[in-house]
Amino acid sequence: MADTAVHDDTHAGHDDHAGHHTSTGLSNNKLAMWMFLGSECLLFGGLISTYMLYRGRHSANLGPDQVWDIPFTSASSFVLLMSSLTMVLAVSSAHRKDDRNTKVWLSVTALLGSLFVAGQVYEFTTFYREGLGFTTSLFSSSFYTLTGFHGVHVTVGIIMLMSLVGMISRNKVPGNKAETVELFGLYWHFVDVVWILIFTLVYLIPA
Amino acid sequence: MAIIERPSDTVALAPSGAPAVATPGTSYGVFRRPVHTTGWKSWLFTIDHKKLGIMYGITSMVFFIIGGVEALLIRLQLAGPNGTVLNADQYNQMFTMHATTMVFLFVMPMAAAFANYMVPLQIGARDVAFPRINAFGYWAYLFGGLLLNSAWFLGGAADGGWFMYAPNSSVVFSPTNGVDFWGLGLQITGIASLTGAINLIVTVINMRAPGMSLMKMPIFTWMVMVVQFLLLFAMPVITVALFMLMFQRSFDATFFSVEAGADPLLWQHLFWIFGHPEVYIIVLPSFGIVSEILPVFSKKPLFGYPLIVFSGAAIGLVGWGVWAHHMFASGLGPISVAVFSVATMAIAIPTGVKIVNWTLTMWGGKIAFTVPMLYAVGVIVQFTIGGLSGVTHSVAPSDTQQTDTYYIVAHFHYVIFGGAVLGLFGGLYYWWPKIFGKMLNERLGKWNFWLTIVGMNLTFGPMHVIGIQGQPRRMYVWTENRAGEGFFNLGFWNLMATVGSFVLSLGVLLFLINIYVSHRKGTQPAPLDPWDARSLEWITSSPPKEHNFDRLPTVGHLDEFFHRKYEDRGEGERHDYHQVATAEEILAGEEANGDKHIHLPSPSYWPILLAFSLPVMGYGVIYNLYLLAGGALLALVSMYGWGMEPHTAPSDDYDPPTGTELEVAAHG
Amino acid sequence: MSTATDTQHDHYTESHGLTDLGYIKIAIFLAIITGVEVVFSYTQEQLGAAFLPGLLILMAVKFFMVILYFMHLKFDSKLFSLMFYIGMVLAVGCYVVFLTTMHFFHS
Repeated sequence: MADTAVHDDTHAGHDDHAGHHTSTGLSNNKLAMWMFLGSECLLFGGLISTYMLYRGRHSANLGPDQVWDIPFTSASSFVLLMSSLTMVLAVSSAHRKDDRNTKVWLSVTALLGSLFVAGQVYEFTTFYREGLGFTTSLFSSSFYTLTGFHGVHVTVGIIMLMSLVGMISRNKVPGNKAETVELFGLYWHFVDVVWILIFTLVYLIPA
Repeated sequence: MAIIERPSDTVALAPSGAPAVATPGTSYGVFRRPVHTTGWKSWLFTIDHKKLGIMYGITSMVFFIIGGVEALLIRLQLAGPNGTVLNADQYNQMFTMHATTMVFLFVMPMAAAFANYMVPLQIGARDVAFPRINAFGYWAYLFGGLLLNSAWFLGGAADGGWFMYAPNSSVVFSPTNGVDFWGLGLQITGIASLTGAINLIVTVINMRAPGMSLMKMPIFTWMVMVVQFLLLFAMPVITVALFMLMFQRSFDATFFSVEAGADPLLWQHLFWIFGHPEVYIIVLPSFGIVSEILPVFSKKPLFGYPLIVFSGAAIGLVGWGVWAHHMFASGLGPISVAVFSVATMAIAIPTGVKIVNWTLTMWGGKIAFTVPMLYAVGVIVQFTIGGLSGVTHSVAPSDTQQTDTYYIVAHFHYVIFGGAVLGLFGGLYYWWPKIFGKMLNERLGKWNFWLTIVGMNLTFGPMHVIGIQGQPRRMYVWTENRAGEGFFNLGFWNLMATVGSFVLSLGVLLFLINIYVSHRKGTQPAPLDPWDARSLEWITSSPPKEHNFDRLPTVGHLDEFFHRKYEDRGEGERHDYHQVATAEEILAGEEANGDKHIHLPSPSYWPILLAFSLPVMGYGVIYNLYLLAGGALLALVSMYGWGMEPHTAPSDDYDPPTGTELEVAAHG
Repeated sequence: MSTATDTQHDHYTESHGLTDLGYIKIAIFLAIITGVEVVFSYTQEQLGAAFLPGLLILMAVKFFMVILYFMHLKFDSKLFSLMFYIGMVLAVGCYVVFLTTMHFFHS
C-alpha cells in the first residue's frame, strides 16, 4: 500500500516525509488513495445499478420485501457507522504520535468491522435457509454480488487494520506512520460510505 | 560524478570503501533487495521506468505480430468465395482474439510503453511516483496477456467478439473455456491499467521539475494524463461486467440468463460505458505523439497549445456521454437515440480543433519530411477519413443501415490503425535515438511508411464498399452468387483487401528489418539531438542514465530545451531565434553541475511475485478452487512483503550488502 | 480525549480536522439520522410522497458528513476533492442515464 515517492533532494541523510518534495506539496500516497476511491465509485456504482435493475426480478415469495430483516440490518449498519468514529479517533491519535491509543482505536475499529461481517454472514445464512441461493433469481445474484463485494472490502480492511496494529507494535511501519494510519482510515470510511448508500437504496427503499 | 544511493554490481569495485560485510539482522522485508544492474535479473526485478518502458514495448510488439497473423488468416479466409482456410469456429476465435489482442495487448500497452519511458523524462523526474507499482503493472499485463492467449492450447480461444455480448457469452453458446480465459485475462490486464493510471497521474501531478506548471508541460504528457484519467474511471466499469461474466459462467449466477428474466442490454451498457472511453484511451496517446512531432519538424511551436490541451480534455470528458451510439440498433427508444446521437456529433468538434491546430502548426513552417513527420502527417490524413465515416454513424438512421457491416470495420480501422497505430510508429521512429542511442534507417523507414500507408488503404478502403454492399461483419464465408456485379462485386474488393493486408504486413516487416539493420555492428551512435527537438527529454544523454538527469532541470518555458538552445533577438511581436548553445554544450553544463546525492528507489522481488499470483488465481477459477486459494495466499504474502519493505532500502539490506554511499561514474 | 489546541501537529501534517469531541458529535448526529431513516421505513404510508425524497436526502447528508469530516475533504487540499468528485459525478451520471434508458424510473 504505502509505496513512497522517489525523493530527489540534495540533503544527505534527510529524513523523508510525505509531501515534502512534490510539486503540489501533497502526499503521493494520499493522492493515489483518493484516486483509487474515485475509481471505486464507478465499481460500486455499477454493482448498485445492476441490483437496482434486477431487484424486482424474483419468484413471488423470495423478493427483497419478504426476506429483509430491517431491525437486524439497522443494528449492523449502526455498528459499521460507529467503526468510522473509532477509525477517525485512531487517525487523530496517530497525528498526536500516541501509539498506544492509535493501536487501541484501530483494534476497536477492526473488532466492530468483524462484528459487521459476522452479521452479514448470519444474514446470508438466514436468507440461504429461507431458500434464497446465489443462483435462485436475478435479484439474489445481484444482491449477493453487491453486498458480497462490500463484505470483501470490509474483510480486506480488517486484515489491513490488524496488520497495521502489528506493524505499529513492532515499530515496522515504512514511511510516515500517521499518514499510513490516515490512508487506511480513508479506505475504511469509504467502505462505510458505500454501506450508507446500500443501506438506504437496497434495504430501506422497498422494491 | 554523481553519488547514487543505489548499489550495483559495478559499484562493488568502486574504491569508496564499501564494507565487505554489513551488520546482519536488519532485514526490512522478507528478502534482502536485489542489486543486479546487468543481465536478465536486472530486468526481472527492475523498477526503473525506462527498462519497464522498453519491456512494455517489446512485449506489445510481440502481441502485435500475433494479432497481425490472426488478421492475415481472417483476410485469407475471406479472399475468395467459400473460403476454406478456417472453419466457422476457428474464424470466430480468430476475429475475437485479433481485436482483443490488438486493443488490449498491443495499442494500450504500446502507449503505456511511451508513457512509462517518456513522461518522467518529459517532466524532469528521476522516476515515477510508485516505481514498484509500475513494475507490478508490467508483469500483470504480461501474465494477463499470456493467460488470455493460453486459451489457444487449452481447448480453444474466446469466440464471442471483443465486446463479448451477452447472452452469447454464456456456457450454452460458448462451451469451451475460451471466454473464461478472456474475462480473467482482461481482468488482470485491467488491474495493470488501473495501477498504471494512478501511478502516472500522481507522477504528473506531483513529480514535475521546478518551474514546470501544468501549462508548460509537454503535450504528450498532457494527453497521457487525460488517458490515465479515462483508464482510472473506465476500468472499474469493465471490472464489474467481467466479474458478472465470471460469476455467470463459473458459478451459475443469472445476470445474463434471459430465461430467468435477465436483460441482455445490461452487458452492452456496462461494456460500452467502459468501451467508449476506451476508444479515446486508444487514440489520445497517439495524438500526443503527433503533437510532439509536428512542431519539431515544422520548426514552429505547436499552434494553439492551450486549445490542444483543452480539446484533449474535452474529448476525454464528452467521451463519457456517448457510449450508447454503439447500441443504436438495439432498440433503446427514440429519446435515448436522439440524445446520444447529438452528443456523438458534438465530440467531432474538439477532434476537429485538433486537426485544425495540427494543420496550422505545419502552415508556413520549414517542414522536414523525415520518417516520424511522415507518420504524423499520415495520422492527420488517415484519421480524418476515419473521423468522417464516424460522423456518418452518429446519424442514427444511417447507422442502423451500417451496423454490423464491413463499413463499421472500415471506419474503426481507419481510426485505430490510421489514428493510433501510425502515431505509435511515428513515436518509435522519433524517440528511437533517445531510447536506444541509434538512429533508425531513414531510407528503410520511408519504405516502411509508404508500404504501410498503401497497405492500410488497400486493406481498409475497400471495406467501405463491401460494407455498403451489405457484407456483414463476423461472417466466415461469402458466396459468389450473392457477390453482386461490376464495380460493386464483393469478390474484387475482398481480394483487394486481402492483397492490401499483405502489403501492410510487408511494411511492418520492414520495421523489424530496420531495427536489425540499424543496430548491426558498426552503425554510428545517434547524435545527441538528431531532430533539433524542443522538449525536456532531449536535455539528457541518449539513452538516458539510470537516474535520468544529473541535475534536475529548472523549467521556464514550454519547449524548455528549445529555449535553452535558441535565443529570441526579435523585437516586440516578431521573433528572431538564434542558436546560442548546442545540445552537447547544454548536456555538459548539466553534467558539470550534477546533484551530489541522488536517491533512487531499490529493485524489489515483490512486484513480479504479486503479479504472478494473479494468473494462478485465474487458472484456479477455471480449473480448481484450491489453486485459487493458493494464488490468493501468494498474493497475501506478497502484499505483506511489499508493505514491509521501504521503497529505498538501507544499504545493509542488499544482497550482497554494500556500503553506505556509492560513487558511480556518470557515464556520458 | 484531547482537543486540537493541545495536540502536537507535525510540521508536515496539512490536515486540520475537528477535535475528537467534534468527531463524536458528528457520529452521534449520524446515528440519529440513521434512526430517523429506520423510522421512515416503517412510516412509509403516513409520509406519502415525502418518503422517497426524504430518505434520499438523509442518505446524502450522511454520505457527505462522512466524506467531508471523517475523511477530511472539507479541510484538505481541493485536489483530493477533485479526484473523488470526478469519480462520484461520473458514476452517478453514467449509471443514472443507464437506468433511465432501461426505463427504471418509469415504474
